[in-house]
Amino acid sequence: MSNQKPAIAINDLTVAYDYKPVLWDIDLEIPEGVLMAIVGPNGAGKSTLIKSILQIVKPIAGSIEVFGKPYKRNQRMVAYVPQKGSVDWDFPTNALDVVMMGTYGKLGWIKRPGQKQKKAALEALEKVGMLEFKERQISQLSGGQQQRIFLARALVQNARIYLMDEPFQGVDATTEKAIVNLLKELRKAGKTVVVVHHDLQTVPEYFDWVTFLNVKKIATGPVKDIFNDDNLTKTYGINYKVAVSES
Amino acid sequence: MDFTEYFTQVFNDYTLRTITLGTAILGAISGMLGSFAVLRKQSLLGDAISHASLPGIALAFLLTGIKSTDVLLAGALISGLIGTYWIRGIVKNTHLKSDTALGLILSVFFGAGILLLTFIQKMPDANQAGLDTYLFGQAATLVESDVWLMSLVTGVSLFLVMLFWKEFKLNLFDADFAHSLGFNTKFLDLLISSLIVIAIVLGLQTVGVILMSAMLLAPAAAARQWTHKLGAMVILSGIFGALSGIVGTAFSASGDNLSTGPVIVLVAACFVLLSFIFAPGRGLLFRELRYRKNRNDLEMNKTLAFMYNIAKGHENISHPHSVRILNNFRGYTRKSLKKLIDKEYIRVYNNMWSLTDKGFRQAVNMYNQSEDSYE
Repeated sequence: MSNQKPAIAINDLTVAYDYKPVLWDIDLEIPEGVLMAIVGPNGAGKSTLIKSILQIVKPIAGSIEVFGKPYKRNQRMVAYVPQKGSVDWDFPTNALDVVMMGTYGKLGWIKRPGQKQKKAALEALEKVGMLEFKERQISQLSGGQQQRIFLARALVQNARIYLMDEPFQGVDATTEKAIVNLLKELRKAGKTVVVVHHDLQTVPEYFDWVTFLNVKKIATGPVKDIFNDDNLTKTYGINYKVAVSES
Repeated sequence: MDFTEYFTQVFNDYTLRTITLGTAILGAISGMLGSFAVLRKQSLLGDAISHASLPGIALAFLLTGIKSTDVLLAGALISGLIGTYWIRGIVKNTHLKSDTALGLILSVFFGAGILLLTFIQKMPDANQAGLDTYLFGQAATLVESDVWLMSLVTGVSLFLVMLFWKEFKLNLFDADFAHSLGFNTKFLDLLISSLIVIAIVLGLQTVGVILMSAMLLAPAAAARQWTHKLGAMVILSGIFGALSGIVGTAFSASGDNLSTGPVIVLVAACFVLLSFIFAPGRGLLFRELRYRKNRNDLEMNKTLAFMYNIAKGHENISHPHSVRILNNFRGYTRKSLKKLIDKEYIRVYNNMWSLTDKGFRQAVNMYNQSEDSYE
């Protein structure tokens, strides 16, 4: 695997909002096939990193390549799960319709989704255990169900890389377990999965790679090698010994 | 002219027919595009744009000296677009939030417009009269060519909305995701904003700069109450808008010189009011009924639970107890007692109540369920 091109290669990336740097000179290579957590305190630039890869946020410097090419050239290989809170769930549409949106990228401009796209969407709904809610208005879904809808939408994209922004936020234990199983399945299928994650306790259990981020990149590598007190302290600025040794 | 007279006239009288058609088409287009403005949470932008178009109308007249609708509306369009552009600029380049930027541009442009209008009125020229009709609109000035222009714009807008339906929906719901899929969200934003601006400008002659935004928002707000589907909302909003135009024109024509624009807006507001009250699911009436039912059910269940706790201490669960015992229980009402009797959960005889087998089972079920939910 090491002689292949990395799934994502980030070079000297710097992003600023209003002159305040959010990401500072980031170099990061994400190898293909890893299940990676991005951890760091609030305001560390985790979501911004994901959005930069997707070109939603414009960096002031640096370059990002997806499988050795600019994002535009390989965008069909990347699926995105935004933060659940980033959309208005009172929007007039139902669960199936939202999942169908995952097929729009491959369809391109103007072409309408047909039976093939609907079938793919229904399969994805089944995978996340939401098939019975397909006709449900999205405002009437629970937070966990809304998160599953977002995951299903990414699944129909049938990509090689999955970028997820806090998929565990505000979900109950059952949904969390379901999502973890899904992530592991994706990795087993050879996909690269990058997840912005908040719960440090579960990092060793859920992920095999981790990136510590706090405006600058602190460390990146296999969980078993670098998930330690030293890096946690460097990232969060306080001594994390107690929290981790208890877990 | 009363209503029956109006209805015979609308098919025969050329002027009335033209005005009715014009307001109906205007209502339809602004209602349809208004759905997008409301869902983009840009309801106020419409208000700002319509107010911002006033100085354009005045300047167009001052510069050309022509008072034809086309020239004035072209001025309105340009000035409205400049207003929109500046609002975006303020939000992007300063720390001001969009509501402040909207308010600022709205009042500054409108103030400048009023100033120019008073200036024009003082000019020694008989030709200037009538520009102030753009404040509240004057449907009576609609002529056939205006209706043709409205139809053309409506047709083009409808075509574009249908063509880019998938993209508009995606961009409205989740712009970041749309962008990640490779769609040009800036183009989509610009396209829908332009359509909205054009619809606003079209309505200035009929409804006026002050009230035009209501034509965008009211039908959409009403339509949202009735449906959970974007397509249905847009169509319904168009229908509400068209009906507002038709009914408003009818009212204004049958009354004594009632100004058409405000009447149309009030009719649209009636649609909103009725929808807020009567729409199933989201309507206030429906919600109040559901709330009452839930509260009554809860009171009944609480009373049943109280009875169950008394009854389970006895060997015979149907052992009779005095009704007065229930007075110690705060959740008890006569109504809930009657409901319990109707459901055959209890029997009441000689001011004594006793639990039935059915009532006992129901109470046990209730307890099991609540335990489950804590697990």
